[in-house]
Amino acid sequence: MKKGGLLALSLAIATVALIVIGCVWPVQAALPFIIQKPLLTSSSTPEAAVQVLGQEIQAHNWAKAYEAFANKAQFTEPEFELDLTGYTTNLRTYSTLDHFKAWPLHASADEADIRLELDWATVVGTSVMTRDLHVVRTGDHWNVNWPLTKQPIVPPQVIPVNYLRWDVIYRGAGDDWGAQDVNAPSVRIIDMHPVQRADGVVVMGELLNDDVVPAYVSMSAILQAKDKSPIAKEEAFDKISHVLLPKQITPFLIQFPDVRLSQVDSIDMKPFSILVPASADPVIAIDNEKFNPSPNASLTGQLINQSGQVVNVAHVLGTLYDKSGQLVWVVDQYVDSALLPQTPVAFNIQIPDDIAKKVSTERTVVATFSFGGLL
Amino acid sequence: MKAILTLLAASLLLAKLQAAWAQEETLRLPKSIEAGSAFLIEHSGGGEGTLYIVGPSQVLKRDVKAEGAVYFPARSLYDAGHYNVIFTQASGTKSGSFDVAPISAPDKLSFFANPSRLPIGVKHGITGAVYVFDAYGNLITAPTPVSFELSSPSGGIQKDRATTSIGRAWTEMDSTSQQGSGKFVAQVGELKSERIIRQVPGDPCTLKMNAQQAGQQVQLQTEPVRDCSGNAIPDGTIVTFTETYAGGQSTVDVPLKRDVAEVKLPLHSGAKFTVASGVVLGNQIGWQK
Repeated sequence: MKKGGLLALSLAIATVALIVIGCVWPVQAALPFIIQKPLLTSSSTPEAAVQVLGQEIQAHNWAKAYEAFANKAQFTEPEFELDLTGYTTNLRTYSTLDHFKAWPLHASADEADIRLELDWATVVGTSVMTRDLHVVRTGDHWNVNWPLTKQPIVPPQVIPVNYLRWDVIYRGAGDDWGAQDVNAPSVRIIDMHPVQRADGVVVMGELLNDDVVPAYVSMSAILQAKDKSPIAKEEAFDKISHVLLPKQITPFLIQFPDVRLSQVDSIDMKPFSILVPASADPVIAIDNEKFNPSPNASLTGQLINQSGQVVNVAHVLGTLYDKSGQLVWVVDQYVDSALLPQTPVAFNIQIPDDIAKKVSTERTVVATFSFGGLL
Repeated sequence: MKAILTLLAASLLLAKLQAAWAQEETLRLPKSIEAGSAFLIEHSGGGEGTLYIVGPSQVLKRDVKAEGAVYFPARSLYDAGHYNVIFTQASGTKSGSFDVAPISAPDKLSFFANPSRLPIGVKHGITGAVYVFDAYGNLITAPTPVSFELSSPSGGIQKDRATTSIGRAWTEMDSTSQQGSGKFVAQVGELKSERIIRQVPGDPCTLKMNAQQAGQQVQLQTEPVRDCSGNAIPDGTIVTFTETYAGGQSTVDVPLKRDVAEVKLPLHSGAKFTVASGVVLGNQIGWQK
C-alpha cells in the first residue's frame, strides 16, 4: 500500500513536470495546438508588427490580429478569418500555420512594405501563401494594413448541367456463388519512361482509361534485378489523377529513393483499376497555360470551373514533353482555394531547372474533389 | 486327444463365422439415397447403442434403444457425398457406409458470363460457363443438356447447345458489330439464368471539329463521334480540346454529350486548335482572325 502510494505520487509529479516542460518548451509541431502568448508583443518596428501578426495567425487569435490592423474599418473580423481559411471549404480550411517568414521590401520613417510568407501545413503537404503588407506608423508603434482578398462573387444564375453520371450496381454480399459482377475498367499504359535522378530512380508515364466507364486507377511498379528479384516496390500515391473518365489520360510518377538505375534490369508495371460511380461534371478549363523557361522555370495557368458545382480541392498535374514528344517530367500542385463557378484561379508549379531545359510542350489535367459530391 | 483338438478347432472356426454373419446382420444400410430423401438403417442382434452418420458436411447422431429400424425423415441428409455409419454398443462397434447422390432434377444454375463488357466485333470474345445444382446446392454430375442463347442489340440471336460434364458446360460467342446490351441466357429445362453483356463501340474512327467565333471566344464543336462501324461513341467519353497560341495554350477535357463535344475557348489571333480522344487525334484548325 505504501509502495503503491509512492508510485502514484511519483507518476503525478512526473506528469506535472512533463506538462510544464511541454508548455514552456513546446516542439515546433505542437505550436499551433497550444494557446500561447506571442513571443513578440511589441510593435515598435514594422518587422515586429508583422512578426506579431504572424504569431497571432499561428495561434488562431483572429480577434487580436484584427484589432491591430490599421485598415480594420474596411472589413470585419470574420472576413479576415475567411480570407485566410477560405470562404468556401478548401484545402486550407483544415490546415494549420506551420511557420511564417517576413522580409522587408521597402521602408521609410512612417511606412514600410513587408512580404509575409505563410506556410500552411495541409493534408497533402505545405501550401504557401504570400502577402505583401503595407505597414504604417501610428505614434510609437506600427500597424499592418491587411490586403484583404475579397470573396469572388458569382452572380445569381442558373447553370444547367446535364452531363452524365455513372452509377454502379455491384454484386451483393448475400449473392450466391456464381452471381456475376461487373468487370473492372480496361486501362492501358501508353507511355513509360524511367530516369535517374540525384535522389533515386523515377518511373513516369501515362495511363489511359480505354473503357467506356469511369475508373478509379492507381499505379505501382516493381524494380527488378537481373535475376528478377525485386529491388523496390513503390506506388504513384498522389502523383496521378485517380479518377479517369472514358478515354481520359493521366500522367503518373513513381519515385524510388536511394535506387540506382544501373541496378535495374526490368520494371514490372502494375496498373490497377476498379469501377466507381462518377460524374462527368464538373468540367474544368485550363486557360492561359504557359511553360515559363529557366531561370525559375514554372508551369502557370488558370483553372476555370465551367460548371455550377463548387470544387473544393483541385489537383493540377502537368506532363512535360521534349521536342520529340518524349515524356520528360511530371509536376503537380494542389490549388489551395476552392474553384467557384466561372471564376479563374491561378496555379504556378515550379519545374526543376535541369528538366526545364528539355521541355518543349506540356499537357495539363485537373483532378477535382467536391465535398458531398461524387468522385 | 487328436480328435478333441480337431473338435475344438472346428468349434472356434464355427464361432468365428457365426460372429461375422451376426455383424453383417446387425447393420443394414441403403447403398445410395437421393439427397433429402427419407431412409432407414436397420440393426439386429443387439441392445442399446449410439448410431453416428458422418459425411462431408453433416453429422447425425441417434440413440438406439432396441433392435429394429432407425428412421430418418426427409431432409435429414441433403449434402451429396460419401457417408460413414458407425454403431457403437457396449459389446463393440459396427460400421458401414453409403452414398448420398444429388437430386436428378436441376434447381439452380450458376452462370458465369465473361466479360460483362467488351468491344464490338470480337470473335469468340464472350464465354459462358454454367454449373448445374439441385435444390440442396449439390452439383449434379450426371450429364445434363444445357442451351445457351445470346441476343444481340440488333435482334440477332446466337445459339449453342452443350451437355454438362462433371456438372459443368460452357460455350463461346461472338460480339456483334452493333453496340448495346445483349442478354446471355443459359437454360436447363425450364430453368434459366440471365446475364447482361454490354457490347461497346471501339475507338473513334474519325474525330472532326468545327470552329466558330462567338464574341471574344471560339466555339469548338465536334461532329458526331462514331467508331469505324458507325456506332456512336458513348456519352461521357472525354474529348480534349487544345488551343495553342503565342506564349501559351488552353486545354479542356470535355465529355461527349449526345454524340458531340463542344467548348468555348478564348480567342487568340494565330491560335491553333487541336482535338483528341484518348490516343486518337482529330483535325487541326488554324485561326487567323
